[in-house]
Amino acid sequence: MENKQRPVKNPYFAGIILGIVLFAAFALTQGGLGASGALSRINIAITKVFAPEHVDHVSTFAAAAAGDKSALDHASIFLLIGTFVGGMASAFFNKRLKVEVFKGSRITKPQRLFFALLGGIIMGYGARFARGCTSGQALSGGAVLSLGSWAFMFSVFIGGYAVAYFVRRLWLD
Amino acid sequence: MLPIEILSELGKIGGYAVFLLIGIGFGVALELAGFGDSRRLAAQFYFKDMTVLKTMFTGIIVAAILIFLSAAIGILDFSQIIVNKTFLWPGIVGGLIMGVGFIVGGYCPGTSVVAASSFKIDGLTFLVGAIIGTGLFGETVPFFDEFWNSSYTERLLVSDWLGWSIGATVFAIVIMALVMFYGAEKVEEFFKFKGSGKKVSWKITKKAYKIGAAALFTMALLVWIIGQPDLDRKWEIMESKYGPQLDSKEVVISPLEYVKTYNDASLRLVTLDLRSPKAFNEFKIKGSKNANLENLRDAEYVKHLASLPANGLVILIADDYAVAEQAWKYLKVQNVINVYIMENGLKDYNELFADKTIHGEEIDLASPPAELLHLFPEDAYISKIKIVTKKRAGGLCG
Repeated sequence: MENKQRPVKNPYFAGIILGIVLFAAFALTQGGLGASGALSRINIAITKVFAPEHVDHVSTFAAAAAGDKSALDHASIFLLIGTFVGGMASAFFNKRLKVEVFKGSRITKPQRLFFALLGGIIMGYGARFARGCTSGQALSGGAVLSLGSWAFMFSVFIGGYAVAYFVRRLWLD
Repeated sequence: MLPIEILSELGKIGGYAVFLLIGIGFGVALELAGFGDSRRLAAQFYFKDMTVLKTMFTGIIVAAILIFLSAAIGILDFSQIIVNKTFLWPGIVGGLIMGVGFIVGGYCPGTSVVAASSFKIDGLTFLVGAIIGTGLFGETVPFFDEFWNSSYTERLLVSDWLGWSIGATVFAIVIMALVMFYGAEKVEEFFKFKGSGKKVSWKITKKAYKIGAAALFTMALLVWIIGQPDLDRKWEIMESKYGPQLDSKEVVISPLEYVKTYNDASLRLVTLDLRSPKAFNEFKIKGSKNANLENLRDAEYVKHLASLPANGLVILIADDYAVAEQAWKYLKVQNVINVYIMENGLKDYNELFADKTIHGEEIDLASPPAELLHLFPEDAYISKIKIVTKKRAGGLCG
């Protein structure tokens, strides 16, 4: 059975779709897109199951879920679920729905997963530090000309390019 | 008029459903761009595949053009759009950290969601890591709380920083993006397209690119030429919404209601006295501030009025009703929520209370006591003040 993956769309075309979705987000909800806020809320919700009093003590956690408040009762969670569903649907229709590990050719799968986890931790940490992730800060803030978001955007690229050479084994042939 | 505040418009369930739909659009856009593939994302940092830059900046300029063009023609009120607060240095440091996480892990939070949803194990692993990372931050932020809250500006735009108009800034950003796109194509050509081993569909002709670029250029130019509405044009746009409140005088209150409000400790009253500084110095109500219309046109001046706490209200005093009305309009179009006008300024106020005494003592009209109200029958005035609270949506990153 040869189920050929469809090639990805032209990047500018995808960008236009992205821009229209972003505009719709602003027009309908006043705010843009985002993902990291929801991830943080998931973390808080999990923490709350195991250590509810701890959530009340950490100030940034308490803001989202002190007392009876549920960290998951928030619009960002639904945006995240939507992103998940949309990604899955698009992958399905384009025949890219497949269990696999994307990695550079010079590392093993366990190595790749280790670095994915590590990168994720660093990213999650940085996203809270910067009060938003690539979509929440750079994309949304960039479109509404927030100065902080533009400064942030360039520093993400600088951070990435600065380290890229040292981790080239992860990605290059 | 846009933007709609969907959660108060449709309630929680309907509102969340809209967020879900927007999320689906977001997920589809990211997946279509190929952002579910860490190799493609990482290739950006080796100049092999500039998709990240191209798609991201196309998204930004398309959204910016749509937002500011609709604001220019008056179908969207930009002041109601949430602009990410600027915490300059924490943002820069956080961005650097994220850049490292990006190249080590191969995703950013949004793209890892899409990768995970299409069964990419590395995406799922990254996502789990990111969730852990947000928690670690919450645990450690108390150690550098001060820095994390430093260099803060509520709503600082690139255009403010440059000292340009918003239109000119949008135009400049679009030009910059188009130049970057041209550069990105050249860079890819130079480093060859072999990063993720996939080809891009839709071999778009050079002509199509030129038409696209020309369309963006033209729309950005329009944003610049039309310009963002000033306060007078904003009033024209919003007149149908707020005009009736003025016509029916439902925002014009009696001096008695002013005295009641003045003594209501549960309210945060700001009294703006629009009379001349000379008249103000001769007599003023204690706590009131002298202001003129020029002040109220100044966004910087109005800012604190627009961000009063939920129990805040502004009452305007002017000898000339036309001045009070103009001031009211200026404040309304700048989103000051509870604004009222004292009927006939201080004329009625002084006349009404002129010869009143409490327990035989003269009354200090500069700080009218609540007892004053007992001298009048309860139905002496119609109570008009209704405090409206507007929940400020916090954005999705919080």
